[in-house]
Formats: sequence, C-alpha cells, structure tokens
Amino acid sequence: MSKIVRSMASLLTLFAFIFGLYIIMHGHLTPGGGFQGGAVFASGVALFVVAFGSDYLHKSLKEHNLSALESSGALVFIGLAFGGLAVVFFYNFLVGSPIFGHIPPSGSNPGDMWTAGVIPFMNLAVGLKVLAGLSAILLVMALATNVAEVEE
Amino acid sequence: MAVLIGFLVAAALLLHPFGYPPSEMDDYIIQNTQSETGTNNAVTAVVFDYRGFDTLGEATILFTAVTGVVMLFRKKKKEEG
Repeated sequence: MSKIVRSMASLLTLFAFIFGLYIIMHGHLTPGGGFQGGAVFASGVALFVVAFGSDYLHKSLKEHNLSALESSGALVFIGLAFGGLAVVFFYNFLVGSPIFGHIPPSGSNPGDMWTAGVIPFMNLAVGLKVLAGLSAILLVMALATNVAEVEE
Repeated sequence: MAVLIGFLVAAALLLHPFGYPPSEMDDYIIQNTQSETGTNNAVTAVVFDYRGFDTLGEATILFTAVTGVVMLFRKKKKEEG
C-alpha cells in the first residue's frame, strides 16, 4: 500500500490495540468483555495486514506462536473454572478476598477496577484466546492468498 | 400430522403470557449480581459466573474454528505439488 495508508495504519493500529485491551480489562465495569475486546484487537491486526502485507507481519509473528497463546488462554480459563471446584465448577472464589475482592455498593456507582473476583482474570484469559485465535485466522488466510498470487 | 398440529396448537396456547415472566431468575440476577459477584456489569456476571459453562462451550467453538482454519490453510510440502 501507499505511504499515506501505511503511516495512517501504523498510527491507528496502536489505538485499536489499546482500545481492545481497555475493553478486555474493563469487562466487569462497562459493556464489553473478553470476546469483544479480542475482536477489536484482531481488527487492529487486520488493519496492519491490509496496510503492510502479511509477509511483513509474518517475519516477526509466526502462527504457531499465536496458537500457543490461544491454547494458554483456554488453559487459564479452565484452570480458573477448576479453582472454584471446592464449591461448584465456575464458582467465583475470589469475591471478598484481597485480590480483586472489593464488593461495590448496590445500585449505581462510579465503578471500581478492583472488584468482581475471578471475572477480570477470566476476561483476560478469554480475551487473550480470542485475539490470538482471530489473529491466527487472519494471518494464515492472508499468507495463503499471497502464495496463490505468486503461483499464478 | 394431526398429532403434530395438535402439539403446535397446544404449545401456542400454553405459551407464557407476554409481560408476566413466570421465572424470577432475571430479578434475582439484577438484585444479587453486585453483592454475590461484585460485578457492576450484570451481563459479564452472567456470562462468566452464573453461566460460565456456556462460555466454556463458546471458547471451545472458537478453538475448534481456529484449529480447522489453520489446518485448512497449512502449507503444502513441495513434493506433493
């Protein structure tokens, strides 16, 4: 792509990444969560691939690294679910504990990051999983189209 | 066929009346989300806490989709082509 597209994309990709991470981390306070934030992050990767080409991205980011990241996200998610197994599967065992344990007042309140127990960690795990998975799909598909163009 | 039509008519007549939810689950979640899970966002509380097992299934679907796509678009070896 042209230099204008590339310089704008290199600027906007960072904003997409930051916005995606913000949606993931504020999943327990504002609308959004792991799935949505991961999708926003992956759209930033899509913008990067469109502007710079998948070969440029593939130099520094291999798809098996993304697959490993996705699998680790899934394992953290299931591990957190097993963490509450003392009561029941997916029990929120961190509410009231020193880690993310604040309980907000009932009704409307300004919101406190340090609440919701195990949910922020689950958001982070699912967000990691979604962003790595969708980025892997994008990268692999873009690389496949590149190979087809070369062969023709 | 008559059984099917009879079942459908009975099912339509036995639907819950609109506007009077017989289930109190929604009220329970709205009132107790903040004290039980400490979450301001009730949707996230349902997705990751009350219905966490559903989310595990969703994550598994995504995992399967990614696995399928990466398998489909893997590089062929030279000697095959």
